[in-house]
Amino acid sequence: MRPFDYQRAERFEHAAQLVGEDGTRLLAGGTNLIDLMKLQVETPQTLVDIGRLSLGTIAEEGDGLRIGALATNTATAVDPRVRRDYPVLARAILAGATQQLRNKATTAGNLCQRTRCYNFTNIDQPCNKREPGSGCGAIKGIARLHAVLGTSDQCIATYPGDMAVALAALDARVEISGERRSRSVRLRDFHRLPGDTPWRDNVLDAGEVITAVTLPAPVGGIQLYRKVRERSSYAFALVSVAAVIGIEENRFTRADLAFGGLAHKPWHDPRLAELLVGSEPSLALFDKAADLLLEDARGYGENDFKIPLARRTLAAVLCEATGVEP
Amino acid sequence: MSVHLKQDKPDTRNVLDTMAQGVIGADLPRPEGLIKVTGTAIYAAEYRADGMLEGVLVTAPVVRGEIASINEASVLGMPGVRAVISDKRMTGRPAQGTAGEAPFQPAREVCYWGQPVALVVAETFEQARDAAKRLALDWHGTGDAPLDPEAAETEKDESTRKGDLAHAMAEAAHTVDVTITTEGHASAAMEPHAALAQWDGRTLTVHASLQMLKYNRAELADSLKLEEEQVRLVSPYVGGGFGSKLGISQEVVAASLAAMQLGRPVRVVMSRQQVFQTIMRRSETRQRIRLAADAEGRLTGFGHEALVSNLPGEDFAEPVLQSSQFLYGGDNRLLKLDLARIHRMTAGSVRAPGEAVGVQTVEQAMDILAEKLGMDPIALRLRNLPDAHPAKGTPFSSRKLAECLEEGAKAFGWEPRPRAPRHTREGEWWIGTGVASAARVHAVVEAKARVTLRPDRTALVETDMTDIGTGTYTILGQIAGEMLGLMPDDIDVRLGDTDFPPGSGSGGSWGAPSCGSAVFLACEGLRKDIARRLDIGTDDLTLKDGLARWDGGETALADILGGEPLDCIGHFEPGSSIEDATVSSFGAFFAEVAVNRWTGETRVRRMTGAFGIGRVLSARTARSQCLGGMTWCIGNALTESLMFDPVDGHLANCDLAEYHVPVHRDVPALEVLLLEERDAAASPIQAKGVGELGLCGGAGAIANAIYDACGARVFAYPMTPDRVIAAMPDI
Repeated sequence: MRPFDYQRAERFEHAAQLVGEDGTRLLAGGTNLIDLMKLQVETPQTLVDIGRLSLGTIAEEGDGLRIGALATNTATAVDPRVRRDYPVLARAILAGATQQLRNKATTAGNLCQRTRCYNFTNIDQPCNKREPGSGCGAIKGIARLHAVLGTSDQCIATYPGDMAVALAALDARVEISGERRSRSVRLRDFHRLPGDTPWRDNVLDAGEVITAVTLPAPVGGIQLYRKVRERSSYAFALVSVAAVIGIEENRFTRADLAFGGLAHKPWHDPRLAELLVGSEPSLALFDKAADLLLEDARGYGENDFKIPLARRTLAAVLCEATGVEP
Repeated sequence: MSVHLKQDKPDTRNVLDTMAQGVIGADLPRPEGLIKVTGTAIYAAEYRADGMLEGVLVTAPVVRGEIASINEASVLGMPGVRAVISDKRMTGRPAQGTAGEAPFQPAREVCYWGQPVALVVAETFEQARDAAKRLALDWHGTGDAPLDPEAAETEKDESTRKGDLAHAMAEAAHTVDVTITTEGHASAAMEPHAALAQWDGRTLTVHASLQMLKYNRAELADSLKLEEEQVRLVSPYVGGGFGSKLGISQEVVAASLAAMQLGRPVRVVMSRQQVFQTIMRRSETRQRIRLAADAEGRLTGFGHEALVSNLPGEDFAEPVLQSSQFLYGGDNRLLKLDLARIHRMTAGSVRAPGEAVGVQTVEQAMDILAEKLGMDPIALRLRNLPDAHPAKGTPFSSRKLAECLEEGAKAFGWEPRPRAPRHTREGEWWIGTGVASAARVHAVVEAKARVTLRPDRTALVETDMTDIGTGTYTILGQIAGEMLGLMPDDIDVRLGDTDFPPGSGSGGSWGAPSCGSAVFLACEGLRKDIARRLDIGTDDLTLKDGLARWDGGETALADILGGEPLDCIGHFEPGSSIEDATVSSFGAFFAEVAVNRWTGETRVRRMTGAFGIGRVLSARTARSQCLGGMTWCIGNALTESLMFDPVDGHLANCDLAEYHVPVHRDVPALEVLLLEERDAAASPIQAKGVGELGLCGGAGAIANAIYDACGARVFAYPMTPDRVIAAMPDI
């Protein structure tokens, strides 16, 4: 860990002003940033602690729900409105990390958590995300956790979180405030693919701060979050699926699906809903959906298994939601 | 006063059974339990000393090479930095268990990725850590570094060849020929390696986290070129060892060198990543099992060949075949262990070396054979228990394997086979059960302990033996209490200090039978002296509740002592009693698993273990040892795997977030049955080892349960979802 300055922001404007400066990082729950500082993956000169800003409120807004950037994962997961109207979100949060971590981790911090690629967290290894131009140690190395969709020859890291996968299925928006302007971005567009700039995880520009995540009006339906992993807690997803499914008269009326563990971002492919909505659920249909989803999937040896595993997990979720028997 | 026994004959007197206090084997709490759970027991990294400096190890970012230069100037100007230690006495590798001499030196010759090469010492930990990361190293390569055990040069060791296995395979009614792999394991103790060294100009005192102080003292003295008498090690509490603290490691030597050079106390605590990267690993293994059987399921041939690995220059080879030598019969036998030389960190003893990966593969093969025969797998095992060691012919000193299989089956509710897989489904989950035998060779080593009876009706037990969470404080108190007629609360057990008589150390499950015997012998000496003072025969003496009784008399112990303490050193040495017999702990595991038909995820739903460990010294800590072992079986079967980079050989998953030991949610209700047993050859207290037995074979029961559940025969541990899916017939 490098020596650093610590400042506590008392007002939002103060934080927004400081975060525009080079070498400054915002500190919220610290569950990811502090670990990375110990490993010297992150070496900020200044930490601006925003923990005391009043950004933790969860409140109804219009027909939807606004979750403050500093609402803890635990607070969100136990919120009665979240549990009633957006159960996929509560389930996804509770599938992640541990109770202790969820008590500290925040909404915005969770969206900004960095990849768990072993090369990214080891400063003695090459990593284009950590050190642009140094190469990728994962492509020919240990790639068990890595992406099979949307990869580039620069980076095959995955976005590791669970909460954002549910938010992608729910078509949530990320509220962002900057020095000059405020804007709102669909969660589905918030995280980036690695391309030639893998060091950029998301679309936040310098000086921008996430203030909230907003959820659209509740859509009901069957909401599932399925996370596949070899141990039953405290492990990142090999594959995860968030599903918001509507069925009427044995036809899909809604099929909002998002996937974790497969890509550099929560993966949402609009073609799946187009295929499914209006059709009768069947194993053959689910297989077709998987074909679409995985059309361009590419394994890197160690993670080849994710392609059939994603197919099976998708089928499992759709069978559970629709009652189709395998 | 002292009592010495070299045990050349079985001790059938069962002295502990003739005592009156009634505490041996009882279910009593740990005396140190409260201070541990309240955080007041002090562990190595928690000691402080006036003027203490902090050291952080610098590790090499290469797999093989030589450090040409260390640019000390690159960090010496940084705030708080006091020194860069790169003394040629630094050690690059940890010492193997019971080495008793300096581990491989020097540090500048790098043999594996992450090898410590220097120590940066500063006033604060943060300063030292920052400087350690900034220290500039120049190195040059020194040749190829083979990383793949399958492609590396091997040294071959054929331990047993009897008859003609190939012929037996050709002639057999039924055969099994399978190759099964296991991946490397980390010991994964909760407490990281740490040392605080203090040097007064003549004597070095090191508070450290170590399992075997007698050996560790010799290792450290040899490393530093000091006399053993100049070194004192203190290790009263150890937060788990699992083999990783059998020998001294790099932090102990580095802290000592720094303290001696700088004249100030120096503390070195390894980071979790350093513990993973530099401390002993369990070798990955590739094992071929061949079984030949007649039509009735009697084994006619048994083959077990394994490939393991280690660094060049290390003698240790994961002893995969240890229990295969005698677990099952078969006249035609071939057992072979090959050792590949590769550049991963030192391979050494990690929780139950050998059997922890060597029994489960045999148990999978036995399950396959039972299926081919249409037999119940328990019946197949019972049919193949040899009358004596199949190669050496030595009789078993005790073996409750059949009873464990039968009693365990009853407790578990075993449903006899044959039956086809996929007989039970609950929603998405296939449910199945499996069985496996457990076996672990018994070992004892030389040990001393001093027991002092004090006039205030208490006793003091002192030995440099450690308690690594296993229950040493508890069992030594119960042994002394039983022998001296005192309640364990009145026994003050002091451990983990080389100022005390040298014990056995904790490892190889030998702590209880070895040190327990030393305490027992000391107590026998005390009893004899008391009887002499009372002018009665030792056999006529009953000690209970602080009173001495004999036919026609009774007096308080305190009166016999006459106000003076009475002490005796017990000195136990193993002799031919364990060579003239096959001495081993045995048991049986039963597991029920659920396998997800879609994702291949496997969850253990319940497990039963039945074990024969000789005398149970403490019902509570013996059971806890078995619970811990069975928990490791779940990790071994389903999740644990060291992942080495194929390109540069570094260890990728080097913390407890990415090296997956079971979490609470993975561990269901575990049932432990301890069968009544006395083993006269194992030790004069008729106890065998227990610590490791619970790990030895249970992963095989889980593997067999996976097959029974879903029809997947998986031949690679850990059985992760991808591997289960790949082996699973279509849905």
